[in-house]
Amino acid sequence: MLKTFSIGGIHPAENKLSAQNPIATLDLPAQAIVMLAQHIGAPAEPVVQKGDIVKTGQLIAKASGFVSANIHAPVSGTIEKIDDVADASGYKRKAIFIKTDGDEWLETIDRTPDLKKEISLSPAEIIQRIADAGIVGMGGATFPTHIKLAPPPGKKCDILIINGVECEPYLTADHRVMLEKGDEIMVGIAILMKALSVNKAIIGIENNKPDAIAHLNKMAQAYQGISIMPLKVQYPQGGEKQLIDACIGRQVPSGKLPIEVGAVVQNIGTALAIYEAVQKNKPLIERVITVTGKSVSTPGNYLARIGTPMLSLIEASGGLPVDTGKIIGGGPMMGKALTSIDIPVTKGSSGLLIMPDREATRQPMQNCIRCAKCVSACPMGLEPYLLMVLSQKGIWDRAEEEKVMDCIECGSCSFTCPSQRPLLDHIRLGKNKVGQIMRSRTK
Amino acid sequence: MNKLTVSPSPHVHSGDSVKKNMYGVIIALMPALLASLWFFGVGALVVTLTSVAACLLFEFLIQKYLLNRAPSILDGSAIITGLLLAFNLPSNLPIALIIIGAAVSIGIGKMAFGGLGNNPFNPALVGRVFLLISFPVQMTSWPLPIASRMSYVDALTGATPLAVLKEGVKSGQSMAELTEKIPSSINLFLGNMGGSLGEVAAIALIIGLAYMLIRRIITWHIPVSVIATVLIFTGILHLVDPQQYVSPLFHLLTGGLLLGAIFMATDYVTSPMSHPGMIVFGVGIGVITVLIRVFGAYPEGVSFAILIMNAFTPLINKYIKPKAFGEVAKPVKA
Repeated sequence: MLKTFSIGGIHPAENKLSAQNPIATLDLPAQAIVMLAQHIGAPAEPVVQKGDIVKTGQLIAKASGFVSANIHAPVSGTIEKIDDVADASGYKRKAIFIKTDGDEWLETIDRTPDLKKEISLSPAEIIQRIADAGIVGMGGATFPTHIKLAPPPGKKCDILIINGVECEPYLTADHRVMLEKGDEIMVGIAILMKALSVNKAIIGIENNKPDAIAHLNKMAQAYQGISIMPLKVQYPQGGEKQLIDACIGRQVPSGKLPIEVGAVVQNIGTALAIYEAVQKNKPLIERVITVTGKSVSTPGNYLARIGTPMLSLIEASGGLPVDTGKIIGGGPMMGKALTSIDIPVTKGSSGLLIMPDREATRQPMQNCIRCAKCVSACPMGLEPYLLMVLSQKGIWDRAEEEKVMDCIECGSCSFTCPSQRPLLDHIRLGKNKVGQIMRSRTK
Repeated sequence: MNKLTVSPSPHVHSGDSVKKNMYGVIIALMPALLASLWFFGVGALVVTLTSVAACLLFEFLIQKYLLNRAPSILDGSAIITGLLLAFNLPSNLPIALIIIGAAVSIGIGKMAFGGLGNNPFNPALVGRVFLLISFPVQMTSWPLPIASRMSYVDALTGATPLAVLKEGVKSGQSMAELTEKIPSSINLFLGNMGGSLGEVAAIALIIGLAYMLIRRIITWHIPVSVIATVLIFTGILHLVDPQQYVSPLFHLLTGGLLLGAIFMATDYVTSPMSHPGMIVFGVGIGVITVLIRVFGAYPEGVSFAILIMNAFTPLINKYIKPKAFGEVAKPVKA
């Protein structure tokens, strides 16, 4: 029997419309809009000024503070301005605008397609190279990768887990990367293993991608200590805690990080970016992104430069369908509904899901019938119906006791609720408030 | 460009609805309804139709004229209450009493607390117990199966197997004598015995359970824990003194145990929310049922047991939590 995580979970319709479409390279944008905050943590500090000429791959903004990441020019051209731009949620954020005049790369970057297997750098050098290249978790969380590779004192990592689950419906970017960049991923994983000094790595892949499982299984034979683990299709298996539980049966305790149980998790896309950074000296300036939706004429997977407007991706997929009702950055379970299509691709953009009108709005909410389906679905073993009530009534101490902060916001509860209750909306508010109270307590 | 909808995730829904679940339960009740029509004929038909119609009517009247709300009588929940109430009545109960039972079920059992989702006690059982206490004679005269198919209030009646047993044990008859008087296990399994109209056919109820489990309308926790507890408890008693205590199989197949365990204890609104809580709830129902049947004054105890455990549901929800992720972290190998 295939393994999966042990508590809760759901199985939404997979809708992997673009799974068979190879990755296509998108044209350079005429103007690249590079956000300064495209990772968790402090926004990067610009190191260029208006009028500067930059080459592709050149550092344009430096990490500021411990949790932050470098940002590099995704095209070559002239810095037009550093100005506000609306992000996915409609908030104004600082961005660097580059007028593209070509694609002239820094000379230090190796652009040959040859596979470089030999890992010459030491663990410390590898981590430094990853930090320099501005690599962040590419599954969507965008946590700076170099921090995850340096376990806190006293904690030891004994296993690396690679997330090839792609449990979000519709998205296929990781799937395509696994099929088309298998060699690079393997070397990337070997690099990560060296950096963490572990001798074991598991790639968790859901069983709905048998071609990727077979392909990587074949590749892995040439590498020491890397194995593939096919997993039963179950959402949210791509959640870090769920994936560790599924692959090695260890449960990360409440409020702790994976390193507590000796594991570090990295995404497939991140492994590829690490290969390119360490072996080819190439910073994170492009990524694979799925453009999909039931009314999209040609759903596909695109290799796009950071800073490319989402509109170009939509045009490449046949234009905006007339019945568009909602555009989601990411997948349907955890993605964000966009306020406009003028926002640019960032390091965390895994997909662009265009939903038709008929699916864009929610049904009216009904009374809670206490069916307990939300409790059965919650992968963290929480009671969503209760957390919703506690949040609505503002009973924050009880919400904290009921572990509201453990919620991973996967949306399984709202998805399941027969009464269409907006459980996660209220739980998010509760998390926010309880988080504030907890932080003020430690001060 | 069109207006874009902006809302928080998740952006998809399972498509499940209150109606789908409620009508699922109604479908699951159909085999038992057919069995009751087979055994009790006209009477079963009259009682069921009256009960369902009366429940719908009271729900409509209360929602529209007392609460001034848009009536939602077709969400299926009032139909379930009507069916379950009917299933708990003898098939010769006069129409007036059925209507009183429906009024109590819907009016006091459900709407008084705010309607669907807010009632602490199973509405059908509230109505049933009200009738049992108020009209004990009519509520304990049981038409004979098959023989009374073509008759309603004039049906020939007899006692239920549990009542026969209770009287027999009280008057000091031996178990061997009593076994002669109660139907064989195969008849009990098929439902060929006196009793309320929906409780008799074990096989039909089990088909309903299988359907609800497959459709994931309910989980196994409550029915299995109720049934297992009754089997274990009565099994121990039977082993201790087979002359005094009847076999567990008899307990399982009589007195509406399966109807209660499968359809009434599993009522969403009045049962606990966590799986461990559901098991505690089910064990409680099983224990109380056996205590009432074996040591109490009434021959049957399932209705009371469920209502008593309904009262404990908020307490169970408060203290018995689902197993949280990461609660028992396994030690890391060094």
